[in-house]
Amino acid sequence: MDSLLTAIFEPGFFTSEPVHTAMIIGGGAALVSGVVGVFTVMRGQSFAGHAVADVTSAGGSASFLLGINPLLGFLGMAVVAAGGMELVGIRRIRERDLVTGIVLGAGLGLTALFLYLDVTMGSTTGAANTVMFGSMFAIPAETIPLALIVGLGALVMVAVLYRPLLLSSVDPDLAEARGLPLRLIGFLHMLMLALAASLSAMTIGAILSTALLIGPAATALRVARRPGSAIVIAVLIGLSATWGGILLAYDSYYWTPGHGWPVSFFVVTLVFLSYVTTSRLGGDRQRRGATLPRVRHSTTGKA
Amino acid sequence: MFSSFMANTWIVASIVAAAAGFIGFFVVVRGSAFAAHALPLGTFPGAAAASLLGINALYGLILFAGLGVAGIIQLGRRGRHEVATALTLVALLGLGTLFLGLTREYSQEVYSLFFGQVLGISDSEIAPVAAISAIAIGATALLFRPLLISSLSPELGEARGVSNRRMEFCFLVILALATAVALPVVGALLVFSLMVGPASAARSLTDRPLSAMLMSVGIALVTVWTAIILSYVSDWPVGFFVGGLGAIAYAFGRAWFRARTVKLVRIANA
Repeated sequence: MDSLLTAIFEPGFFTSEPVHTAMIIGGGAALVSGVVGVFTVMRGQSFAGHAVADVTSAGGSASFLLGINPLLGFLGMAVVAAGGMELVGIRRIRERDLVTGIVLGAGLGLTALFLYLDVTMGSTTGAANTVMFGSMFAIPAETIPLALIVGLGALVMVAVLYRPLLLSSVDPDLAEARGLPLRLIGFLHMLMLALAASLSAMTIGAILSTALLIGPAATALRVARRPGSAIVIAVLIGLSATWGGILLAYDSYYWTPGHGWPVSFFVVTLVFLSYVTTSRLGGDRQRRGATLPRVRHSTTGKA
Repeated sequence: MFSSFMANTWIVASIVAAAAGFIGFFVVVRGSAFAAHALPLGTFPGAAAASLLGINALYGLILFAGLGVAGIIQLGRRGRHEVATALTLVALLGLGTLFLGLTREYSQEVYSLFFGQVLGISDSEIAPVAAISAIAIGATALLFRPLLISSLSPELGEARGVSNRRMEFCFLVILALATAVALPVVGALLVFSLMVGPASAARSLTDRPLSAMLMSVGIALVTVWTAIILSYVSDWPVGFFVGGLGAIAYAFGRAWFRARTVKLVRIANA
């Protein structure tokens, strides 16, 4: 029994400080992303979620230049991107996707610039890898309080807005008929998304954070019958993928002596497997195709 | 700027811009911005995989482009389309981190695969890009009418015997092909920005499909040329300028469109 336990938890797993920090921040990111992600998937805004997450990389790479905590950089850029997409205020799906794409292209352009300046001005090396793919074991322990504040902020927002947010996500027409301020709710949703995306970007990297945001939520919405249980399931999947990924990455130092395998790889793979294995469980319970661009895009520029 | 050292840059960038502007028209009309983002980005691990196995990078890129198309179509069958695209992308990128983790020396190239390194393109890199881009443009031109019908009105398309599913598949294959070869030369970001920005501006400027398409190619060429000049002068990365110019083109298109609509309304009211 003892040898089995040592085989799973290689020596030093529970006493290592980097592992400790990774477990806390990774767990927080999985929790917040799972909760917010359920709404993002229900609203059919996975692309927006992905774009916000990608664009945070500009903030992450700028933080090396400015010498601030990377989480602040990720967060700042996430809020700017979310605001930029939402302020354009377009509800037609194809047009919205286009704006998202434009913001994404411009934001990644900024990333290119900041990473270039990191190398030429700050002589920071390896920033590209850290920002894009994350390095969970390299997060300094000082980041924990800030991460907890960001995560708590997102959770409080969801708790306060729970009912209107849910109604506007499931049935926008009914929500509008009841007089809910749809645009304001949409904007607040993007803000939550920004908080969640910056936390995930900190842990598994800007371009991979979509995995934690969309994967567990999409899987949960397939399995669960009610939104509340979907949130619980999404959080559980996210937490097990993140902690499982940390454990596997730690153990991988013993598989290939010298260098371990990246944490982000394991987290993303576990999330992906959970989605694929549930694909036989009856498909989406939500209205299928509700998010597909079915409306003919007419030539009006304003909506 | 126009020295022989830069000649290949101008040639390859123009080819890629023309193909991106051409195909970008359909990216905009079909609302496939996410796929146009995911396919180039998800293809980049192919280069890392090829370097790990010691094979030609192009094979790795084409393999990953194929995996991207298969993932989007297959997962999209049983779930939401954009969730399928997002998860296919992160799964491919997750493999990318693994390959990068295993081949330490490769990590410097991450930057150029993402954001493009258009300077210092060798002669041997031109031919494959030109050939595949020509194939992609030719295929798009051949499928012009069915693609357009299935994009604008899927119901009408089905009634006329155009299978939407087949069109979606063809279009994704064209997208994947065009981006796979352009990727190591100009980077994932550049391909994506050139597909979305110019085409969306062109669509606001005209209602006719054919002229929108030509205009999109024109704007894409001007964008990439301006970006190369600015990048040459400032020494800043070319991807930054392409992304920024794409956004400016889009904003200009919308402003132009609004002005035009206001004028039409005034004429109608008069």
